[in-house]
Amino acid sequence: MATEPQINWAAIDADPRFQELHRRKSRFLWLLMVLSVVYYFLLPIGAAYCPTLFRAQVWGPINFGILFALSQFVVAWLIAYVYYRKASREFDPMAEELARTAASIARPS
Amino acid sequence: MKLSKTLALVATAGGLAASPSAFAFFKGAAVPERFGWLALVAFAIIIAITMYVTYRASKRVTTTQQFYAAGRSISGLQNGWAIAGDYLSAASFLGIAGLISLYGYDGFMYSVGFLVAFVTVLLLIAEPCRNIGKYTLGDILAFRNDHKTARLMAAISTITVSIFYLTAQMVGGGLLVKTLIGIDYDVSVIVVGLLMLAYVVFGGMVATTWVQIIKAVLLVCASLLLVVCTWAPYGFSLPAFFGGVVTDPKVQAQVAKLLGDAAANMSASQLGQRFLEPSLYLKNPIDQVSLGMALVFGTAGLPHILMRFFTVPNAKQARLSVIWAMIIIGGFYLLTLLIGNGAAINVGAATITSLDKGGNMAAPLLAQYVGGGPESALGNLFLAVIAAVAFATIVAVVAGLVLASASAISHDIWVGIVKGERATQAQEVRAARVCALIVGAIAIVIGILSKGQNVAHLVGLAFAVAASSNLPCILLTLYWKRCNTGGIVLGMIVGTLTAVGLVLVSPNMTYPQTEIATAQKVIAAAPTKHATLQSAVDAAPEPAANAKARAALKKGDAEATAAEATVTKFSGQTTSLVGLEKPLTQLKNPGIYSIPLGFLGVILGSLLWRRDKKAEEMWEELYVRQNTGIQAELL
Repeated sequence: MATEPQINWAAIDADPRFQELHRRKSRFLWLLMVLSVVYYFLLPIGAAYCPTLFRAQVWGPINFGILFALSQFVVAWLIAYVYYRKASREFDPMAEELARTAASIARPS
Repeated sequence: MKLSKTLALVATAGGLAASPSAFAFFKGAAVPERFGWLALVAFAIIIAITMYVTYRASKRVTTTQQFYAAGRSISGLQNGWAIAGDYLSAASFLGIAGLISLYGYDGFMYSVGFLVAFVTVLLLIAEPCRNIGKYTLGDILAFRNDHKTARLMAAISTITVSIFYLTAQMVGGGLLVKTLIGIDYDVSVIVVGLLMLAYVVFGGMVATTWVQIIKAVLLVCASLLLVVCTWAPYGFSLPAFFGGVVTDPKVQAQVAKLLGDAAANMSASQLGQRFLEPSLYLKNPIDQVSLGMALVFGTAGLPHILMRFFTVPNAKQARLSVIWAMIIIGGFYLLTLLIGNGAAINVGAATITSLDKGGNMAAPLLAQYVGGGPESALGNLFLAVIAAVAFATIVAVVAGLVLASASAISHDIWVGIVKGERATQAQEVRAARVCALIVGAIAIVIGILSKGQNVAHLVGLAFAVAASSNLPCILLTLYWKRCNTGGIVLGMIVGTLTAVGLVLVSPNMTYPQTEIATAQKVIAAAPTKHATLQSAVDAAPEPAANAKARAALKKGDAEATAAEATVTKFSGQTTSLVGLEKPLTQLKNPGIYSIPLGFLGVILGSLLWRRDKKAEEMWEELYVRQNTGIQAELL
């Protein structure tokens, strides 16, 4: 790895652009993560403790329980899509900008 | 030269099963004896295609990056299919369709967790791992911790998780091939093992990836065809299809059987509707939450899934591969919902369980039905194709697991610890191949030794261990500055031991006293039952009814004999494997305790460990790297 250019990691870490990326990304990721976990666990908990609701027939013989289980797929895909859009439009350009200038970011005095 | 000879040898071993003498084994299998050759042709085609791919790949695999990571040349779309190939094991393909066909709603609910799991992988794991990891879990954990210790812990955990998963796959696979086409259990375990070894040893990650892709595409196509054939009679209407499920007498009979006395006051339509409602299979809500936790957090810690993210060129492609994997896996489970229910209507739970108690034959039998039934050539051709796809599934999943374990041994233990990171490319590739051979041989031996054991809970255990040990270590080393070597060690130990320990004292184990008590109940009831069934035989004069009554009588007597055998088998034993008379906990899935304890282990271990200067200095590098991908291409 002799060709590897020296990178000042601490300087990038302290760079306001990186701090901004970190702040936006963490908030967004953990929000989606909590949303996904909470929504998922509503399924086994709901099935166990709200049997009447799950039994309610909504569309012919199709009951709320089946629709709710199907909605889990839609929500998982939606979360993936929302993250994908946000990451490609917002996080990627910020990270690329940092990567491009990485070699020239010096340690702040 | 030597290589092509060996490949030919493996192909012959595969073909051995296809020799005429194997036809003798077809008795009692899902594929009728006279159509056996169809199954063998389907198997031979799949083996030939994958062997060709392996042969092509073997010429390219000369560097470590090729062997462990397919030269980082896999695209997001390709890797998405490969992840689906790695993840959709026979357990999820045949197992979930089977659960749905027997228990309706609960089987479907079971499949949801397997998809949601990938949200964790997408948001927290895939991109950072691609940005800081090289080939293995050990690379990630060693980044800012003590190299040797972290690598050792990662390797042990990788092997533990993979062996649990592998055992379930080998035993399940052997049984499956036996049930489908009647080939002897030991022979099928050896054939699966040899094929998988050929892929991994000669083709490394390149061949393994392509085998996964081929298998996933075949699996999805076969399932789509099955769904189209099943759903078309209902005009592709969802309410009409479920209307068919609810009004089917076989479904109603199955619900009545499952509910027992509780079904006495229910009308036929109520029984049918009950099939679409929860809790015919999953009875303990805490257990379900616990299982859900293991699935949702465990997938992100499965070493063979993690390894897939090192095969793509950058974090963007890693992200894209999870998105594709989610589309494919989610779509596949939606198909399974229709396949399972279709099998419940068209084949019926009674026929499915007569071949396999766990319901694994639901999808294959449905294929036979939509093709024209057990007597038709088309029906058996379709069944043969499904059987061959199931076989490819087992081989591909096992190959992924063996590659992950072999990489942990060669890259982390041999090169990282023994050789102190000093080995040439050629040496390391050779070491990796030798390790793959050893792990593969062990897998075959385990498969044969575990014959007849109940290994169904081992997949759940693999997920639980991955969720309780690997995931806390990965997450906290990636996202918590204070995390250090002490945390990795304690987290791995606590997570693994609590997950395994809780299963050892759970109802998953065999308890001789309970087994004997159940068997004795059957024996005590046997004389009365025999008399009732005998009088039924005497009371049925016409031949068809008489034959049916006789069959019932024979089955009843066989149950009594089996119960006596159980009593003899367990006589003298009073305790389970770990010396318990009865389970200490009613919980079958340990996740709800072991996952928080694993996290606690990492946190406590890190805080108690001496303040680690290096881990904190390296934190900035790790954190910048994982978020920006700077120099990821140099790893």
